[in-house]
Amino acid sequence: MTVLVDAATKVVVQGITGHQGTVHTKQMQLFGTSVVAGVTPGKDGATVEGVPVFDGVAEAVRATGANASVIFVPAPFAKDALLETVDAGIRLAVVVTEHIPFHDMLTMYHYARFHDCRIIGPNCPGIAAPGAAKVGIIPNVVFAPGRIGVISRSGTLTYEIVNGIKEVGLGQSTCIGLGGDPVVGTSFVDALPLFESDPGTDVLVLVGEIGGTAEEEAAAYIRDHFSKPVVAYIAGRSAPPGKRMGHAGAIISRGRGTAESKLTALREAGCEVATFPYEIPALVAAQAARIARR
Amino acid sequence: MVKLAEWQGKAIFRTYGVPIPRGHTASSAEEAEALTRAGTVPLPCVIKAQVLAGGRGKGGAIQFASTPEEAGAAARRILALAFQGEPVRTVLLEEKLPIAHESYLAITLDRTLRLPIVIASAAGGVEIESVADASIVRIPVHPFAGLAAYERRAVARALGLTGPAARSLDALLGALWRIFLEEDAELVEVNPLAQVGDGLVALDAKVIIEDDATFRHPQYAEVRDDRTPLEEIAREKEIAFVQLDGDIGVIANGAGLTMATLDVLQQFGGRPGIFLDLGGTDDPAKVTEAFLLMAKARPSAVFLNIFGGVTRCDTVARGLVEAMKQVPPGDRFPLVARIRGNNEAAGIAILREAGVTSLKDLKESVLAAVGAARDARPAVAP
Repeated sequence: MTVLVDAATKVVVQGITGHQGTVHTKQMQLFGTSVVAGVTPGKDGATVEGVPVFDGVAEAVRATGANASVIFVPAPFAKDALLETVDAGIRLAVVVTEHIPFHDMLTMYHYARFHDCRIIGPNCPGIAAPGAAKVGIIPNVVFAPGRIGVISRSGTLTYEIVNGIKEVGLGQSTCIGLGGDPVVGTSFVDALPLFESDPGTDVLVLVGEIGGTAEEEAAAYIRDHFSKPVVAYIAGRSAPPGKRMGHAGAIISRGRGTAESKLTALREAGCEVATFPYEIPALVAAQAARIARR
Repeated sequence: MVKLAEWQGKAIFRTYGVPIPRGHTASSAEEAEALTRAGTVPLPCVIKAQVLAGGRGKGGAIQFASTPEEAGAAARRILALAFQGEPVRTVLLEEKLPIAHESYLAITLDRTLRLPIVIASAAGGVEIESVADASIVRIPVHPFAGLAAYERRAVARALGLTGPAARSLDALLGALWRIFLEEDAELVEVNPLAQVGDGLVALDAKVIIEDDATFRHPQYAEVRDDRTPLEEIAREKEIAFVQLDGDIGVIANGAGLTMATLDVLQQFGGRPGIFLDLGGTDDPAKVTEAFLLMAKARPSAVFLNIFGGVTRCDTVARGLVEAMKQVPPGDRFPLVARIRGNNEAAGIAILREAGVTSLKDLKESVLAAVGAARDARPAVAP
């Protein structure tokens, strides 16, 4: 079993004729994903990697039955692309685009939520479930089928960690890169229940970063609602303290948001905490072995 | 983020109709004296350093004057200051107003709620972090509905305002909300918000514009921030580059991997000096640019830690080899490389041909980088 995507996932790529769109269409296909359509306004009738291109998402959905979208369009047009996908009836949108203004993302998030559409991202590597589908850009080589779930706010650090899990002979159920922007469509707390109810996931790896309070909220959720073992890591312990949002931001977090506060919260919630990323695979392997012995 | 100086924030306030004191900027003592003598700035007045750092009051960066001569002298003293390393280039002179009460008012983003939030407190004029939670009011605002009249009334009540002052707050808060939306602000903060007679006046203005939205607001793209000259060059070339106190340069890709790399370096005795995030680039020329920028910062050693996803390892390796040829012999530094992921084998082969070994293990490569920096340090001393 997998989370959010499965063998029935049919992907439409928004911005398919751009460099990234084309490269990752091929990579998603190689992963085994059913990429059924691409959208680039004005390029109706073209094909990219054998995938038909449409002018609009609604046309693409009508013609191909696409049920998930991955968005590569440049930041100034990303909001429009997302609204279009929601209006076309798609209920899972992975937004890879970075540098989307958070004011745009506020509109995107609340519009999608109103229509029961889940956004992953923005500025994220997306979702991959070995053996089922990949909607996003995580490199194929790091994956092997298995029973370890991964949720992360990072990009490349996620690849590194997923790869490490593979190198100790384990594999992943589903990996979701949530993105690290100020406003994300899906937070740790939003993603945790999906893994709790996924029978294909035995152990969850949570990769956080300093800043914001998403990890503290995740810790509270894990303590109260999450029954599977969690291995957690927080990047940025050595970073000099920054005040991203000035005084008003400090008020919202009230002393939370530091690596120390996150690590303490996760530890108190019963997570295994890795000090460095290279410790994660061994901690995961130990938890997996414990479950296998049951 | 684009932090605006007080006078820039107040210029926006004026445009949107937020009441501010009468005032003017000056960049010399003579100018300050002339402005007060001509009555452009009424006396008595306050003279404030235009720097981005907080806590100006305690640092002598805010002074008062009752005559043009005093205004000139105060401006001269302030313009000679460097405030937390930032030299004062401009002062703002403003009329001194009879203040009945000082409050705090701000609009920012609540990441957890994923909503804009109005923050208000009747305890203003002090650092808001020091104000007790119980005397702060927080009102989340739904972006589709906007800031409703009842929410503005709730803020007025929280600030203890009635009658004309409450009406003044209603208009002022509406204007701050429009600034937050229309200027793509991360933060619009007024502290203190002063009650003067029956009305309200913004005595200070702190506006931060979101970097990612400057494509809609080209006027903010040029605002000088607290970046070093090298950081400024990096910004122009769209490379994330940050200078710290140490001497080891780190080139990585992605914020998370960069931070994790710094964590490990620090743990094993390395002092990260410069870090440079390539992001997801597919362009060897950009890698070369980044590497040459790193050379300019004169690190004692460089640790390159790349996990190729979008970025291909052979692209990075090719850019790196090209850059190494271009670095002048006097600026060369030891390089420890670790490149993994997409096209790893090809990347490692290119590096090997150029005489650079790529290590596989993170801890091992960090130890090598720390050792290389230690060995190189005496040679760097002039």
